[in-house]
Amino acid sequence: MSLDTPKLTESEPIRSDLSQSHTKRWALWFSGIALVVWLFYTFVLPLLGEQAGTFIRHWMPLGSINEALVWVICAIGLNIVVGYAGLLDLGFVAFWAIGGYIAAWLMSTFFDQISHGIYFLSAAPPNQHGIHINWWLVLIISGCVCAFAGIVIGAPTLRLKSDYLALVTLGFGEIIPQFFVNGENIFGFNLTNGVKGISPLDNVSPLPFGPPAVSLGGATIPISQPLGPFDVGAKYVLFVLVAAFCIFVSLRLREGRLGRAWLAIREDELAASMMGVPLMQSKLAAYAVGAFMGGLGGVVYAVHNNSVFPDRFSFAISIVLLAMVVLGGMGNVWGVIVGALGLAWFNSTGLPQLGDSFNEQFGTDINFPSYNYLVFGSILVLMMLFRREGIFPEARTRQVLREAERSDAEELDGGEV
Amino acid sequence: MSAELRTRPGSALLATNVTVRFGGLVAVNDVSFDIPRNTIVSLIGPNGAGKTTLFNVLTGLYRPSTGSVLLGERDITGFPPHKIAALGMGRTFQNIRLFGLMTAAENVMVAMHSHTTSNLLQIIARTRHQRREEVQARVFAQELLDFVGIGRHADQYARNLSYGDQRRLEVARALALRPDVLLLDEPTAGMNPQESAVFVDFVRKVRDERGVSVLLIEHDMSVVMRASERITVLDQGEKIAEGSPADIRSNPRVVEAYLGRTGTTGSAR
Repeated sequence: MSLDTPKLTESEPIRSDLSQSHTKRWALWFSGIALVVWLFYTFVLPLLGEQAGTFIRHWMPLGSINEALVWVICAIGLNIVVGYAGLLDLGFVAFWAIGGYIAAWLMSTFFDQISHGIYFLSAAPPNQHGIHINWWLVLIISGCVCAFAGIVIGAPTLRLKSDYLALVTLGFGEIIPQFFVNGENIFGFNLTNGVKGISPLDNVSPLPFGPPAVSLGGATIPISQPLGPFDVGAKYVLFVLVAAFCIFVSLRLREGRLGRAWLAIREDELAASMMGVPLMQSKLAAYAVGAFMGGLGGVVYAVHNNSVFPDRFSFAISIVLLAMVVLGGMGNVWGVIVGALGLAWFNSTGLPQLGDSFNEQFGTDINFPSYNYLVFGSILVLMMLFRREGIFPEARTRQVLREAERSDAEELDGGEV
Repeated sequence: MSAELRTRPGSALLATNVTVRFGGLVAVNDVSFDIPRNTIVSLIGPNGAGKTTLFNVLTGLYRPSTGSVLLGERDITGFPPHKIAALGMGRTFQNIRLFGLMTAAENVMVAMHSHTTSNLLQIIARTRHQRREEVQARVFAQELLDFVGIGRHADQYARNLSYGDQRRLEVARALALRPDVLLLDEPTAGMNPQESAVFVDFVRKVRDERGVSVLLIEHDMSVVMRASERITVLDQGEKIAEGSPADIRSNPRVVEAYLGRTGTTGSAR
């Protein structure tokens, strides 16, 4: 992946072109921070004293960062649909679920009809039944299937105006997880194993070849050896790579011809179509790219949990994803990342830990994690009251909410300008 | 003047027997008219005459109940708006419809969508083709903004431009489609007489230097008379007159449509 600013455009005098170097700078930032986190957990944490180590493992376990990365991947995908193109999607969990099940089908012993197993560069032990495909490949397959599903779902629904679109996507977001719940017996064929879910999945390995592991400064870094449930550090690196890919893609798309078309549709659909922007095609592209990332997120989620269960893919996921996008700053990739990391951490670790400390301090017995949606709701209400544009809004959006529109203001002066 | 303009044969736009019905209401009834190449034609008529409906038929927003529309040699009846735009029909809006949160340059570049070809993967990979296209688009956008006289505002958000500059930006955006026909929907609304006069000169400059034919919907008669080489008059959905400004000025049916019937028929109210 080359992030080099093309020389051709560097010499261009037009100012808006500088945005390209921003991409590069931000890519460096992201990789830098991700690397520092990894170095910290791999090398520094073991050296810290008992007390500090325990504190960090309780309040910021690497596992919770890994889960947050799943949310980041999906939130970036949803941001393309909602933030870039302005299409309200309340059923994004559908793609997450499809991605998860594709991972489960292609990386487990679930299909025992295939007795000798189908293997392709997999780290799974040989001679098992089922399908075992290398997880990088599964990522690509899942992304493509979800993009296709996005087009199939989008083609009839994207003609609808915003509110209706939200309702229909909500419907799809309910239908697809229900399908996985009820897919236990499709004309006698067990496709999804129903509520029992599919577990366990194959252990993935970072690379399909090479030495099992290398030793680096006291830490062992796995290369081709399968990662067990406790290899969170190695999984973190894999997940960061997937997230980086999604960030890269969404930043690139933002700047080009398609990104402008999406923005124009978000601003004024009718005017966009009158300026030669094909609405359906552009919206479908946004939907497909978003769904692709949802598919990646689904696979990563399945690998993170080593299993898929249909009840995990609830409507609440769509809403929390949307909250992450809104909270972080709709349309701004970096805001969305911060929103996703923050909310995901708060949900999985922050709130339970805060609750435990509170209970310990005051001798109460309140089940704090069960109030998570109350807290989310309150945060959203407060955001809407005091900072509607999100924590890190896009420069454009900040404009709308913080400054009066010139023509509006001048109309107040008495019309004639 | 009109004699020398008719030297180029053919019509840039030809509407034949266009009728538009909404339920039982006939908004446009069997209207035929054309825009000769490189000519400024005005479409006038009292409120509710069907001007905007006809405009919407030409741009593909409505499908005519009967009749056809030809853009150059091509039958565009029933085409979707983006396709008609891509084939060379640019327009501006009565109540300005810019993409407010995009810069002036970006607004213009949106309209180049149909003339650029980079696909999703090429944009992600930022191929040589995509980069060249981007640079060309930027250069062309700057050229158009300079042409309409707001080149220095290229990086301003459209919503922050002054009213007059927004009107100019709309024209620049429409020109980015490389249109054969430019439709201007009440472009001088909200302008004082002086600004209107400047705008008329501007429209002529656009016509001369960009080689477009212009269709103007306008209420301001001084603008209509000064700008147009030909005028089509609609009243209650029907074409009641067509001709040079001088003809129209003295046409009794037009005077009647605008001022009402005089004489003994009907009540005086």
